[in-house]
Amino acid sequence: MVKVKSLRPRRIRESFTDKIFLIVVYAFLTVVLLIVLYPLVYVFSASISSPLAVSSGRVWLLPVDFSLRGYQVALSNPQIITGYANSIYYTFFGTLVSVVLTVLAAYPLSRRNLFGRNIVMFFITFTMIFSGGLIPTYLVVKQLGMIDTRWALIIPGAVAAWQVIIARTFFQQSIPDDLVEAAELDGCSDLNFLWQVVFPLSKPIIAVLALMYAVSQWNAYFDALIYLKSASMQPLQLVLRSILILNTTASGSMDAQTMIERQQLADLLKYTLIVVGSLPVLIMYPFVQRYFVKGMLIGSIKG
Amino acid sequence: MTDTRIACSEYMTPEKSLTDIKPIKANPHRGKSSRSSAWYAAKVSFRRHWQLYLILLPAVLYFIIFKYVPLTNAVIAFKDYNVIQGIWGSPWVGLKHFSAFFDNPVFWTLIQNTLGLSLYALIVGFPLPIILAIFLNEIKDGLFKRAVQMITYAPYFISTVIMVSMVILLLSPRLGVLNLGLQAIGAKTVNFLGIPDAFPTIYVWSGVWQYSGYSAIVFLAALAGVDPQLYEAAKMDGASRLQKIFNIDLPGIMPVIVIVLILNVGSILGIGFEKVFLLQNPLNLSTSEVISTYVYKVGLLNANFSFATAVGLFNSIVNMILLVAVNQFAKRVSDTSLW
Repeated sequence: MVKVKSLRPRRIRESFTDKIFLIVVYAFLTVVLLIVLYPLVYVFSASISSPLAVSSGRVWLLPVDFSLRGYQVALSNPQIITGYANSIYYTFFGTLVSVVLTVLAAYPLSRRNLFGRNIVMFFITFTMIFSGGLIPTYLVVKQLGMIDTRWALIIPGAVAAWQVIIARTFFQQSIPDDLVEAAELDGCSDLNFLWQVVFPLSKPIIAVLALMYAVSQWNAYFDALIYLKSASMQPLQLVLRSILILNTTASGSMDAQTMIERQQLADLLKYTLIVVGSLPVLIMYPFVQRYFVKGMLIGSIKG
Repeated sequence: MTDTRIACSEYMTPEKSLTDIKPIKANPHRGKSSRSSAWYAAKVSFRRHWQLYLILLPAVLYFIIFKYVPLTNAVIAFKDYNVIQGIWGSPWVGLKHFSAFFDNPVFWTLIQNTLGLSLYALIVGFPLPIILAIFLNEIKDGLFKRAVQMITYAPYFISTVIMVSMVILLLSPRLGVLNLGLQAIGAKTVNFLGIPDAFPTIYVWSGVWQYSGYSAIVFLAALAGVDPQLYEAAKMDGASRLQKIFNIDLPGIMPVIVIVLILNVGSILGIGFEKVFLLQNPLNLSTSEVISTYVYKVGLLNANFSFATAVGLFNSIVNMILLVAVNQFAKRVSDTSLW
């Protein structure tokens, strides 16, 4: 009797303070949304505005004098084309090597009866806590003769301890011990089992690993900065750094007649390059973000 | 085929025993010391699973070559490294490089800048994702909620180079929106990145902009795991939304909060190189030079390998001590820890 009476009104009525609180919540989230969204919209708008409008500071939210001049210039710049091609190369092969090595390490480490797996796991995890540092690592890469070769961007950063932990946790959760035993009874070798049973079951984790490695490879610039000298091998991020941050004007392909036009184009080009440089990742983003969330959650179970 | 079958089933029995260590009858080492039975277990495991060890090998080699060899290379911090004599041939100099670093006036500036940036980032960047997650958890599922989540998460995917370029463009004295706004209200334009005192704020808040949505995910997942019965019970008792947050949400995700806090505090001297380096310019160097950028400049640009390694080693050791200490502390206080 009492229970029923107290239940009904409370479900319908949001108390006054709750209403106020909810308004605060919506207001806060709206502000956050706008703050995050604004720079993205602004940069994109500027990138499709005319050089003059950008240079004279007339763009602040929406495009002014729609023009694709910036893209035209960006995509006819040999430096940027080379950078793009290099980045695709590094991302593709880097991801391939990383995923293969990570999966091949994580699967054995997920097998409960493998002697010594805890020791190996400890050695891998320890590298996350303590490292020799920049110079000692550089010396190793140098000793291996990788300086100024494409290998330097693929091999030295190939395996991330964190990704091994994520993949191992996944295997432990999704490959039941019974399945392993049953396969062993049938005389199935470890490699056959990995190839025929584990791989088909691990598509989600392979997707997670591939995307995480690919995004970090595409976005990286530091290894290229310290290991590469030749301009012909530079990834896009390093090209963008020299144009956007160091302000070396991308000349050559610019057919600008006057200094003013050249300056206007240089201004516009910065906005365009930001869009061009992050486009591949941001286009993929809506489709792949759930994989990242998944990867993060698998990781946090362990952590 | 028949051979493997026999071979596999032959090992089935000892294999089972391995998981609970106690040797069974078939074990010839029964009754001997635990060391020899561990040796036996290793031998059996290796013979049975040599294929697994084989595929594990490349990654193990990777970690040895690119993580553990550098650790041994770090001895050059105690030597005067030169290319001709090599890492092991160069003369020992003891703690010379360490004391040179501690006596260097730049030492305190570096510590101050590094710690200052870290603490500022921690104080601002740590609570915001938690608040974001809790607020998102309060509102109904729907378009708005999904939009906020998707959009706040997106900047995480922007590269450091592009992120810094955007900061520079937005703050630029000539083109930046902020300065256009200042001009519009008749104020003078400001070169924000040229003001040393503004650097920490620019660094920290651009980081908040980029990573809050991403960091909130872990807390959102933790919130989704809170027992719904608790909310039902609270509703019965007429608890307000704020009361539910403080009495159910926060205690529910406390273990996750503690873990994230340990990781943050543990890397307090590990301000990443990438973003600081790109945001630096000669004008703001007095507040923007941190340990990692200093190591890069002294080591790779000035080729002072031994000194830079000593600085880097000092940094790694302090970081590790901090992480272990914070972890121990958290274990005592909250029963939650990394290990």
